[in-house]
Amino acid sequence: MTDVAVRSGRSVRPERTPARRRPKRRVGRRLHGLVYLAPALAVYVLFAIWPAIHTVYLSFLEWDGILPAVPAGFSNYVTVFTDPTLGPALWHAIVLILFFAVIPCAFGLLMTALLQGGVRGMTAYRMIFFLPQVLPLVAVGITWRWMYSDGGLVNRGLELIGLGSVTRAWLGDYDTALVALGLIGTWAMSGLCMVLFLSGVQKVDVALYEAVALDGGGPVRKFFTVTLPALRGEVTIASVITTIAALASFDFVFVTTNGGPVNQTTVPGLLVYRLAFNEADIGTASALAVVLTLVVIVFVTAIRLITRERS
Amino acid sequence: MNPRVMVAARYLVLTLFAVAVLLPFVGVTLAAFHPSGAPIAGLAWPTEWTWSNFVEAWQEAGFDRLVANSFIIAAGVVPLSLVLATLAAYSLATLNPFGGRALSVAFVLGLTLPIELVVVALYFDLSTVGLTNSYLGVILAETALFMPFGVYWMQTHFAALPVELLDAARVDGARSLTILTRVLLPISWPALTTLGVLYFMWSWNQFLLVIVLMQDPELRNAPTGLGLFVGQFSANIPLLSAASIIVIGPIVTLYLIFQRNFVSGITQGAVKG
Repeated sequence: MTDVAVRSGRSVRPERTPARRRPKRRVGRRLHGLVYLAPALAVYVLFAIWPAIHTVYLSFLEWDGILPAVPAGFSNYVTVFTDPTLGPALWHAIVLILFFAVIPCAFGLLMTALLQGGVRGMTAYRMIFFLPQVLPLVAVGITWRWMYSDGGLVNRGLELIGLGSVTRAWLGDYDTALVALGLIGTWAMSGLCMVLFLSGVQKVDVALYEAVALDGGGPVRKFFTVTLPALRGEVTIASVITTIAALASFDFVFVTTNGGPVNQTTVPGLLVYRLAFNEADIGTASALAVVLTLVVIVFVTAIRLITRERS
Repeated sequence: MNPRVMVAARYLVLTLFAVAVLLPFVGVTLAAFHPSGAPIAGLAWPTEWTWSNFVEAWQEAGFDRLVANSFIIAAGVVPLSLVLATLAAYSLATLNPFGGRALSVAFVLGLTLPIELVVVALYFDLSTVGLTNSYLGVILAETALFMPFGVYWMQTHFAALPVELLDAARVDGARSLTILTRVLLPISWPALTTLGVLYFMWSWNQFLLVIVLMQDPELRNAPTGLGLFVGQFSANIPLLSAASIIVIGPIVTLYLIFQRNFVSGITQGAVKG
């Protein structure tokens, strides 16, 4: 392979194409480029873009999936915001952002500040912290169902530290179910944030820290004047990934609480699935999916604006 | 503060967090070796180790079917996605195709779209053409959903290669396909391996798409089968734990082998975006 590169490298100068021949070849190449793009584009448009547009269309219909559909105007959207079960689901998803995004990012930053000097054996730790990222969320959910159950590890741990009085079936409790669900996200996402930030901080110029030290700045000032600005990109991306995970959650809710108790942990994904495939209300399911997408876009845009570099 | 104390404190913090991450899995693993149906309280060491839960879970959930389905779907998704994403990214990064800039943006925007937006209409679209309850339907749908990341990942990779490499081959008169296969691909194996490993993971873990597009339980993948298994045996912790370990097994094995690729794929892929 290197042979090819070296050999052709030698011939660069003598055979350099005259300027007038170039535009034609470029046009040819640009057309040729479309051929390479076509298969990916076809699959992407047919199986992702078109269904997305189709969902928007379905959201303006009243349809049970079988009988002819009836135009419904914005009535499905009105339902999304006024129905006593749908509105709260959106709200739950937004609450989950606190547990999936805000707490893990804060935790990751704190850990980064603590660990900045770096330690040996970080690879092994990193591998453990990253583990929740690769596992199927269904299995994660089942694991935590057991963790939170009456005899589960969480209650055992609380008894151990003398808090036996607060033990309960956390996911089945009306008041604690959503928080318990959220903490599964905290557990899963904290490692991701931390690994992202720790790898980002390695590229910071050590001289900057020395400059702050010369100025008499302590670790706190080092963190806020050097580390945090340097991690802007990583913080943005960690927030975006974890926020999308919170808003679009489905798998682990499906196996842990399935929306219960009494709809305390419903999320939009769960209701889109239920409405479309259990209750045959395609219009409302589609409208909810569209609203969810808009919420995702609003949050992602907001994160990008907030973390944008101020000139 | 004493630097040695600092180092010790760092290890302590790291180890505590590592324990917090691993504890649930330790618990599940221990639970899986208890007799089926036994009540499990906390981190209980099995008095008598038994493999029977794995056998029972495998048979009850029909894992030979489910695991085979998972592999069949992944065997379609991984190569197809790799080829299509590579071709598209090669074009976008080096051939400057008409409309290329707009298409790059279109692919990147796809990274933020939730599956929920696609899945309802996709079910009806695919059922009209007979692609529900079909491996091909799921394979094409997953390929489409994973496309934004793949194109973006390979495009950044190709764009980072030295321009001289391309120019030299072009002046040499090499055709664009030859340049891709003979010049670029041989030095792209690390990027392709990472992408392939991520594709396998996403395909293996896919839940919502499969539960919708495969209405026939016989055709579902391992995580989806596990999701339904929970409903049937929700009180039998040892059995559920064994089933979870069966589903996690292949992906953890892959993670142990390709640890670097997983971490770099998710972190770098994210950061460059």
